[in-house]
Amino acid sequence: MTTETADLNRLATPPTFQSVSTGRKIKNGIATGLVWLAFAVAIVPLVWVLYTVVQRGLPVVLDPDWWQKSLSGLLSRQQGGGVYHAIYGTLVQGIVCGLLSVPIGLFVAIYLVEYGGRSKLSRATTFMVDILTGVPSIVAALFVYTLWITTFGFGRSGFAVSLALVLLMVPVIVRTTEEMLKIVPDELREASYALGIPKWKTIVKIVIPTALSGILTGVMLALARVMGETAPVLVLAAYAPFINYNLFDGPMASLPLLMATERNNPTQAGFERIWGAAITLVLIITLFNLLATVISRWLAPKTK
Amino acid sequence: MNDRIVAKRPAGTGDAGAREGVPAARPATEAPIPPTTEADQNAPHVRPGDRIFRGLATGSGIFIVVLIGAIGLFLLLQAIPSLALDQVSFLTSREWSTGDVNNMRFGILDLLLVTVVSSAFALLIAMPIALGIALFLTQYAPRKLSRPFAYVIDLLSAVPSIIYGLWGLLVLAPVLTPVGEWLTDVLGWFPLFAEGNVSIELGGTIFTAGVVLAVMILPIITAVSREVFDRTPPAHIEGAIALGATKWEVVRTTVLPFGKAGYVSASMLGLGRALGETIALMIILSATNAAFGWSLFDGGATFASKIALAAPEFNDPRSAGAYIAAGLVLFVLTFVVNAIARSIVAGHKEYE
Repeated sequence: MTTETADLNRLATPPTFQSVSTGRKIKNGIATGLVWLAFAVAIVPLVWVLYTVVQRGLPVVLDPDWWQKSLSGLLSRQQGGGVYHAIYGTLVQGIVCGLLSVPIGLFVAIYLVEYGGRSKLSRATTFMVDILTGVPSIVAALFVYTLWITTFGFGRSGFAVSLALVLLMVPVIVRTTEEMLKIVPDELREASYALGIPKWKTIVKIVIPTALSGILTGVMLALARVMGETAPVLVLAAYAPFINYNLFDGPMASLPLLMATERNNPTQAGFERIWGAAITLVLIITLFNLLATVISRWLAPKTK
Repeated sequence: MNDRIVAKRPAGTGDAGAREGVPAARPATEAPIPPTTEADQNAPHVRPGDRIFRGLATGSGIFIVVLIGAIGLFLLLQAIPSLALDQVSFLTSREWSTGDVNNMRFGILDLLLVTVVSSAFALLIAMPIALGIALFLTQYAPRKLSRPFAYVIDLLSAVPSIIYGLWGLLVLAPVLTPVGEWLTDVLGWFPLFAEGNVSIELGGTIFTAGVVLAVMILPIITAVSREVFDRTPPAHIEGAIALGATKWEVVRTTVLPFGKAGYVSASMLGLGRALGETIALMIILSATNAAFGWSLFDGGATFASKIALAAPEFNDPRSAGAYIAAGLVLFVLTFVVNAIARSIVAGHKEYE
């Protein structure tokens, strides 16, 4: 009924696609904003923590003495000295833990992927690995305390710490190794069986080398993780301000233990030692993380 | 030649049937084939290498199962004698004095409450943020940047907890003090925000501890949620887009319903971490003799921090046993929380 001219401007059929209503646009905008904000919020503490550590610790570790001396003979308020005794403790406890954990973790993963199938034991093991992942470090430490110190009658030592760290490291290694073994193509295994090669040799010579880069990356990351653990060293090792090479006997320092001990030292020297140790620990962890990246690049299976 | 291989394979790979895609060993087909003399010499029926290797692998699997049992058992064995010496109720008492072994009075009520309240508070802060980050990394971030961004979030978990503790108490707490004072002034009528039993200025409150804990459990909640969100079937997402949904509507109608269970499970895992966190809380929380009064501005100790504080002085097995009993409760608590978290995901085949 309206005029012809108006009709000419109108489409014959209503458009199939209508523009998004303002309400939906606003909702979408808010959601996008919140999601970006959440990410930004998480970055704040990371940057803040690292800034604190670097700002307070960097001047301390620039002194070459820091890396070459121990705190032996220094009073709590005397500045200077170094932490090589604690670096030694941290590295040795971590590496011995790694030496114990890698075979166990590797075999558990091999069992789960290559042998277990869907058996009851396999499912129980998977479940227990999950539980072990969640065991608090203090509980692991208490367990080793009850087993190693009260039941077997050994003293507190660096080795006891390594044992507690094993409990924390094994599940991480199992998880990463399991993932890596699972993505090894079955064709490789079948080709090997077809050549009449025994299963164990197939695993050792074909499956593990294929997955090696991923496994080693996981081991490095797990090592970096356990070296920062403080609860086990508090329960299982006594602090010494001097170097102790013997893992099996006597008090032994480590970086977290040094920090926990110097926390009660209100002097400037205490402040420097805490933050110096903090940045040293962060550096060691970064180093192991970098090592993990390098290994994964270097050993990754060559693909065309 | 063929015969030998057929005869050999079931012998060598006695459990090949365990794997899909590898023909199962069938004694029935093996039996009629007379092994050649060469096979007899070169290939014993089950290769010792296979037997040993299989034994080692299975043994390690059993070891893990036994280990968890051993943790519970050893803690229990050491706790029982001390529990027998306890003069008050272990579960309902708020006292904790183990110095005099002839009059040990220890109960876990306060420890349990402080542990649960600080972890729950941390979870309350961390859950929405982790959800946001996981969505950001899987749906919103530019494709090229999402991996480096995820790496940055994972870095949060690489920082040792003792550094979080020191940072929390010495750097973060002074910043939070005005917030805490404002909360107690304005919302003080509400029990959670009431004036606590330790000084807010010193910062050793559950409030500070909760914020630090939230930062510490962010990476695990994010990582697990991210993995689940990533598995949303593309067809669902594309379907929603085809219907004209905005980005948020796509997320709300496909990603969130699909990933809900995974997200809840991830949060439970985060809760497990928070319950067991030791050193950060030991450093942050101010010790107090006053009972926990349901305020976020109370001090106190969690299971883990209480044990860690006393650990260097473990000498008498009887007093150590009291702490081991507390450790056992913590173990059971985290066991249950983690088991629930896993069982939530276990029911969802689409996550695998």
